[in-house]
Amino acid sequence: MRATAARLINILVPVKRCVDYAVKIRVNPQQTGIDTNVKHSMNPFDEIAVEEAVRLRERLKDAVKSIKVVTIGPPKSSETLRTALAMGADSAIHIEIPESAPAPEPLGVARALKAVVERQQGGVDLIIMGKQAIDDDMGQTGQMLAALLGSSQATFASKLDLDVEKKVAMVRTEIDGGAEELVCKLPAVVTTDLRCGHDVFSDSFTEPRYASLPNIMKAKKKPIEKLTPADIGVDLTPVLETLKVTEPPKRVGGGKVENVDELVAKLKEAGFTAVSA
Amino acid sequence: MWTARTAARRLVLSPRRWQHTTSRQPLSSVTPEDIAHFAKILPRNAILSTLPPSALPSSEIEQYNNDWMGKYHGSATTVLRPQTTQQVSEIMKWCYERRIGVVPQGGNTGLVGGSVPVKDELILNLGNMSKVRSFDPVSGALVADAGCILESLSEYIAPHNHIMPLDLGAKGSCQIGGNVATNAGGLRLLRYGSLHGTVLGLEVVLPDGTILDNLTTIRKDNTGKPTSGYDLKQLFIGAEGTLGIITGVSILTPPAPQATNNIILALPRFENVLPLFKTARLHLSEILSAFEFIDREAYELAVKHGQGRALGEDEVEGAQCFVLLETSGGKKEHDEEKLTTLLESLMDAEDPLIITGVLSQSPTQFASLWRLREGITEAVSKEGKAYKYDISVPLASFKDVVDTTREHLRKNGLLHADAVKQVIGYGHVGDGNLHLNIVAAAYTPEIEAALEPFVYELVASYNGSISAEHGLGAMKAHAIHYSKSDVAVDMMKRIKQLLDPRGIMNPGKVLEV
Repeated sequence: MRATAARLINILVPVKRCVDYAVKIRVNPQQTGIDTNVKHSMNPFDEIAVEEAVRLRERLKDAVKSIKVVTIGPPKSSETLRTALAMGADSAIHIEIPESAPAPEPLGVARALKAVVERQQGGVDLIIMGKQAIDDDMGQTGQMLAALLGSSQATFASKLDLDVEKKVAMVRTEIDGGAEELVCKLPAVVTTDLRCGHDVFSDSFTEPRYASLPNIMKAKKKPIEKLTPADIGVDLTPVLETLKVTEPPKRVGGGKVENVDELVAKLKEAGFTAVSA
Repeated sequence: MWTARTAARRLVLSPRRWQHTTSRQPLSSVTPEDIAHFAKILPRNAILSTLPPSALPSSEIEQYNNDWMGKYHGSATTVLRPQTTQQVSEIMKWCYERRIGVVPQGGNTGLVGGSVPVKDELILNLGNMSKVRSFDPVSGALVADAGCILESLSEYIAPHNHIMPLDLGAKGSCQIGGNVATNAGGLRLLRYGSLHGTVLGLEVVLPDGTILDNLTTIRKDNTGKPTSGYDLKQLFIGAEGTLGIITGVSILTPPAPQATNNIILALPRFENVLPLFKTARLHLSEILSAFEFIDREAYELAVKHGQGRALGEDEVEGAQCFVLLETSGGKKEHDEEKLTTLLESLMDAEDPLIITGVLSQSPTQFASLWRLREGITEAVSKEGKAYKYDISVPLASFKDVVDTTREHLRKNGLLHADAVKQVIGYGHVGDGNLHLNIVAAAYTPEIEAALEPFVYELVASYNGSISAEHGLGAMKAHAIHYSKSDVAVDMMKRIKQLLDPRGIMNPGKVLEV
C-alpha cells in the first residue's frame, strides 16, 4: 500500500518482563511477595502486542514508519527488549530502575509512558500493549494511559486493523456478550487479548513468532535508548502498600476407592444415607 | 479397569497374529486354581482376569495385551498388579513351581513388542509399585520403585534442583523399571551417558522368586562405585525382563542446569550435519546437551499433526533437514556467549552450513521446539502404522539408509498411499542412533517381507547395530546375530539358562531359545 503524503504511522509497544507463566509460584518466607529467583520472560500479552505490530507492518508495509518498544524495569529487562527487536521491532527504550526497586505500579507506568510518548519526534499514532501483566493481573495501565493522553482506547482487542488514509483503527474487542467492533480515531491505545489475530473459524491463537537467527543478529545492532525515571521527570514511588501475600488455602486431596462397595461404605461413613425407594 | 487409555488405542481391525518361531519348554497356562492362589497373595483389585471368579470381559485387559503401536497382540487371560517386592517374589515363586510364563510390564510404551505376551503368559504389571523410597539431595541418589513414571520422578526431584539422567518422548507413561530393563537411551544420553553408568543399584526378583537386593549396599555406600565382585546389576540393565524383574532402582540424578537453551537449525544439505556437529561441539563443548537430527519429511509430519509450533515458511524454505540443539549450563550469560559465537560463525561463514535457525526466547518456546522433535513418534502413529528400525550406523550414512530403504520399497511397488506412505528418519546424532520409520497404511506381510531382512542386512553392511536403544523385544529376537557374534550369543544363552532354567521369564524376547 503506497504511503500517502499524510504522516506515516509510528507504533509504540510497551512490554514487561515477568515471571514466566509456566513457573510454579512460591510465596517468599516474609510473605511480602513471591520468589523472583525463577525464569522470566516477556509478558505473554505483550508478546502478542509485538506480534500484532509486526503483522501490521507486514500488511501495511511502508505505511508503518517505526515500531518502537519500551520497558520499565531492572537491567535484565533489556533481554525482553532484545526479544522484541528480534521479532521485528526497530528500536527500543529502556527506562532503567535499580534491581532492588519495588515493581512499578500501573499509574506510575502510565505516567512514564505518557512522558515517553511526548518525547517522540514525529509523535506516536498507535500504542499496542498487553491487556494485563501476568504477574499482577492489574489490567489498568492501557486505560490509564489513554486517559492521561486524552486519546481513544480499545481494550481486550481480538482483531486490529488500521486505515492509514482515514487515520483510524478498526478494532474488534472482547466483551462479556461476545465482541464489539470499534472505530477509533488515531492516536489510540489498544490493549491485546489472547485471541488477537484469531480467526473466528479456526482454533489458533495469535502465536508470537520464533526469533529467527538473522533477526537475532540484526537485533544486536538495533539501538536501545537508556533512560532513568528522572530523565523523563516521572516519580515511580509506589502509592500502594502491600500488606501481606499468601498462597490460597491448599486443596485437601480426595480419596481413591477401589470398588463400588468401598464407595458406598465411605459415603455411609460420611453420613450420607440412601434415598428411600 | 476400563480407562481412557484403552479407548485411545487404535486396534488393527484384523489383528496381525504374532507369528513366533521360538521353541521352548512347555509352559503352563494360568488356571482358576492359580487365580485362587494369587488371591492369597494379592488384594482382589490387583488381579485382573478373564478367568473365574472375576471373569472380566477380555476388553478390560486389552490395554495390557496390546502394545503402544497396536502392532503386537498378546492373549493373556490374567494381569497381576502387585504393590510390594514381597508380593512379586511370591508370585514368581508360584509361577516357577507351575512353569507359568511371566511378562514383566511397565508403562507398555516399548516399541519392539517386548512388554506384551507372545501367547497367554501372565502379565505382571509394575504400575502399582510407584513409591519413591528415598532421595539424597547432596549426592542426587534417588531410590524408587520400578513402577514410578519417569516424568513423576523428574517432578519429584525438581524442587531439589536435580534432573533425571535420561529423558524420552514417552516420559509421561514409561516407568523407570522398564527404562532400566531396556537400557533406554533418549535425548540426554549425549550429556549424561547411559543407564549402565547412572544406575547405582537394583533390586531384582529372579525367576524362582529369590530377591536380589543390590540397593542396600549402595545406600550405605553413596559414592556410586560398583560393589566388589561381579557387577551383577549390569546383567539386568538391558536384559528386557528376560533374566529377572526389576522392582527397585537406585539411580544417580545430576544437578539441574541453571540455564538451558535450544535452537532448531535448517540445513540446506544433509551432508552438513556432520560438520555442523563438529562445529557445535567445538564452540559449545561442555554445555552441549542434545543434538538431534530431523529429516524434512519427519518435520513436516510433526507439524501436520500439531506437534509443536512450526517454523516460519521462509525459515524452512529449501531446508533438506533440521537439527535441534540444546545447551545446558551453570550460567546463563556464559552459555549465551558460547551460543552467540557459534551462531555468528555459522551465519558469517563463507559457505554457511545452515540456511537459518530459530532460538527459543522463553520456556514456552523451548518446550515447543522440543515438541517438534519429541512429537514425531506420536505424529507417525497418527499418520499410519509404523515399522520402526532403531539402528546405529555411521552418521554420514543416515540419509543413505533412509533413501536406500525408500528406493527399495518403490522398486517393490510398495511406495503408495495404500501401502507405504512415507519413509522418514530422525534420531540422536550425537550417539549415531537413527530412528528409521516406515509409515504404512496398515501392517501387512508384504511390507514386512520387503523390509526384513533387507534393513538388517543394510545395517550389517555398515557394521552397525540393529538395536541402538529400543531393545530387541519380540521384534528382533531372531535378528541378534546381525549385530553380535555367535560366541557372544552363545554366552548370553548360557547366562539365561543359568538364571531362568525353566524359561518362564518373558519368553520369546531378546533371544531365541
